[in-house]
Amino acid sequence: MSSSEVSVANANQKVRPHPTQNEALLFEKSSPGKRACKLPPLDVPAVDAAALLGAAHRSRSAELPELSEIEIIRHFTRLSTWNYSIDLGMYPLGSCTMKYNPRVNEYVARIEGLAEAHPYRPDSLAQGILEVIGLLQRCLLEITGMDAITLQPAAGAHGEFTGILLVRAWHESQGNPRRKILIPDSAHGTNPASAAICGYTVETLKSNPEGGIDLEALTRQVDEETAALMLTNPSTIGVFESQIHKIADILHAKGALLYMDGANMNALVGKARPGDFGVDVMHLNLHKTFSTPHGGGGPGSGPVACKAFLEPFLPIPILVRNENGTKCAPGLDSETWESKNPDTPRVSLGWNYDRPQSIGRVRAFYGNVGMFIRALAYILANGPDGLRQTTEDAVLNANYIRSQLEDLFELPYKTPSMHEVVFSDKRQAARGIKTGDIAKRLIDYGFHPYTVSFPLIVHGALMIEPTESESREELDLFIAAMRSIAREVEENPELVKTAPHSTRVSRLDEVQAARKPILRWRPQP
Amino acid sequence: MRYLPNSPAEREKMLAAIGAASIDGLFAVIPAEYRLDRDLDLPRAHAESEIIDCFRAAGAKNSTDYASFLGAGAYRHYRPVIIDSLIQRGEFLTSYTPYQAEISQGTLQAIFEFQTMIAELTAMDVANASMYDGSTGASEAVMMATRATGRHQAVVAATVHPEYREVLATYTKFRSLPTTLAGYDRETGRIDLAALDAAVTQETAAVLVQSPNFFGVIEDIPAIAAIAHAKGALLVVSIAEAISLGVVRPPVEADIVSLEAQSFGVALSYGGPFCGVIAAKEQFLRQMPGRLVGQTTDSSGYRGFVLTLATREQHIRRERATSNICTNQALVALMATIFLSVYGKEGIRELAEHNLAKAAYAAQKLGSQPGAKLLFTGAPRFHEFVLQTEESPAQWSQRLLDQKIVGGIDLSRWYPELSNATLWCATEVVTREQIDTAAGALAARPAGA
Repeated sequence: MSSSEVSVANANQKVRPHPTQNEALLFEKSSPGKRACKLPPLDVPAVDAAALLGAAHRSRSAELPELSEIEIIRHFTRLSTWNYSIDLGMYPLGSCTMKYNPRVNEYVARIEGLAEAHPYRPDSLAQGILEVIGLLQRCLLEITGMDAITLQPAAGAHGEFTGILLVRAWHESQGNPRRKILIPDSAHGTNPASAAICGYTVETLKSNPEGGIDLEALTRQVDEETAALMLTNPSTIGVFESQIHKIADILHAKGALLYMDGANMNALVGKARPGDFGVDVMHLNLHKTFSTPHGGGGPGSGPVACKAFLEPFLPIPILVRNENGTKCAPGLDSETWESKNPDTPRVSLGWNYDRPQSIGRVRAFYGNVGMFIRALAYILANGPDGLRQTTEDAVLNANYIRSQLEDLFELPYKTPSMHEVVFSDKRQAARGIKTGDIAKRLIDYGFHPYTVSFPLIVHGALMIEPTESESREELDLFIAAMRSIAREVEENPELVKTAPHSTRVSRLDEVQAARKPILRWRPQP
Repeated sequence: MRYLPNSPAEREKMLAAIGAASIDGLFAVIPAEYRLDRDLDLPRAHAESEIIDCFRAAGAKNSTDYASFLGAGAYRHYRPVIIDSLIQRGEFLTSYTPYQAEISQGTLQAIFEFQTMIAELTAMDVANASMYDGSTGASEAVMMATRATGRHQAVVAATVHPEYREVLATYTKFRSLPTTLAGYDRETGRIDLAALDAAVTQETAAVLVQSPNFFGVIEDIPAIAAIAHAKGALLVVSIAEAISLGVVRPPVEADIVSLEAQSFGVALSYGGPFCGVIAAKEQFLRQMPGRLVGQTTDSSGYRGFVLTLATREQHIRRERATSNICTNQALVALMATIFLSVYGKEGIRELAEHNLAKAAYAAQKLGSQPGAKLLFTGAPRFHEFVLQTEESPAQWSQRLLDQKIVGGIDLSRWYPELSNATLWCATEVVTREQIDTAAGALAARPAGA
């Protein structure tokens, strides 16, 4: 029997030897005349669409599935059971900060006045949502120690793009946009990709033996054509750049700026502020540090915060406070937000488009506002003490894992860890087992794998970020699983090499998927 | 600290296991002068009930009891209840990008279904897993055309959403990709084909149009495609109102389609998160930005799905990637997939026809009030129309607001040549009564005005 026959035959059976149920594609379940919707009767005259639209009328309907409501509920519920998630257990993807997504965030994001607000409604009818945006901006500025912010970017990479455009616009205002951006070899792939689309040449900065910035190399490479250094701090190996201010000084001495990728802000909130240690511009990931859900790959939100000298270049529009006809940046205080008294004179918030030096828009409207609501709810739930405790727990958890595994897994950098720890598969590779194999075997123990083979400076990296959301009990289970796998590598490497053994599908043929891409369903001829 | 699972005693035990004297010891690597020795100046920790109160108060200040004729790239449609029930399942909501395929088959299969539905609706061969939104998607589609053609100029219709055009200007600013604006016909509201023909050259990589365009008018896609293709340029069609595809002929002549799928069950949420997606002819697949899900088999021959063709992407190719996009709009794409399952083949057409009928009635009703007339009547429309009034919009809009109605949006901020013109939208959720009330308020000019 060929493999395609197996899959088709199987699609029609409800079960196979795995606790989750099988489920065909929506299109394979469809049959004509079924429907899951009913429209209310038209209260205006019906129109003849074909006559009204003429040549622009669609004659052949799109082949969308035809199903009843119960079938749709079961379809997506069954699919959901095939996913691992934070709600099921530890999800220690390094640099992804898979922390608990509080349910009250989901609740408040769906409050009608916020969820149903049209982006072009008059400012006078949008003061509630503008206050949410204003307070979140103030909170994020306080957390980062920066002076100005835009919430417009839709995700981290979009924030990088925006931040580097700010850098470029500022250099241009100084007479020379400059030519290159320095990026450490430990950086996430979005950094060089973002720099490139802003028209910069990317120059790689080799890490020092501790995995950090090599100050001598930096001094050598920074010149009058260097626009900025894009630095992740703590770095992707989870290490704080203790020489951070020297790094900033070296850059600033040559007129270059310091961009910080805030992917790892979960190690710093309430403990240290980038604005205090020399960063000129940075992005945040609300879907990492501030608990908005990843949703299987998005939506995210990537606010960009900067120092005052970059403020004129922020994307349009910016939120302003109108007081006595003057416009100023909103620093919405908690009392204004808390006030339930309708007689309290309120500030009026609005959008300002009159920004001649702005880099322009990076997105239509104002950003992923639904994510702003969730992030603010998270900040309010924690308060200053809760945010600090969160950071401390995230760092404590990572160091605990490190202490319990470093006898079995190679620790390529001995520098103190912050919120994540990066091991190498060096010892296991000697037995023919790679980081990817260990990751797959971890699935059999009920955990989502760590980040595999990243950062690139570590051979066969195992990048583990537990976040603060894990109890010691869950961490101990994870540690026990990793120790057990390390033993299996010695005693039964084949078991690890062929993992996972407990999932509804085994390892999938990625080569076949890429060689002959099947990217959509089509009816069988 | 209700989200934190460790007790003070457990923290102490863990510190002991690490061999650290105190939690501050773990932060000693941060130079002392940069360690924050105070509380952040933030609102105090709130109880869950207080958080809900705060956001309810904010929602109430947003005035929920207004009828609205606003559209312009953000559309109010009915959202079936099961969308929220399903996407709040933790397995969808709290999972990451499906890099570990064996434990992400739910998300992967749903994306595969999304790609299929979008390809069907747009009449393209393939669609990706999503982009941030329609504005960034259109910009990425133009970039994609430059890679596919090796050319470095673009022609953009003035009838493309002005904010989309602004985003494109930001994206192209530093990539030496000059863009030319092609004007519109003052009678039809469609792109001026003669102007377009003059603007397209042998250097043009892409012609970007929107249909239905910003005025709600459906463009003559076959004619535009003929002009673009005659000089070897690709046609990129942006669709801001996805529901239109239920009844409007899909842009089969296009090479790339950039769709904003917000209308498929996604809340307005003051402009985001929305859901962009790029669809294209098969031959441009390798130039596509963003994630793609493909079908394959596992070692036992069972069907399964994986992220594929990753060599286009930033985490492999770094500065030579097709785009820097990483996180996309996966959960919003899932909402669209559920929405399209609910409406299905016949429902989506019926829904689109209801929109057509509401807008036809509203346009006729509002356009026949004294001092008001419809612009761009020479071409078919979907559910938006442009109204020109003798009074300025500032004069009549307050009369509508007094009746708890938000009228059309003033176009002068983007099209100063159109005086007293407003863009109105009537979807299936607008009622005849609201349309009639709006018409009455519009007509109720004070004596002597």
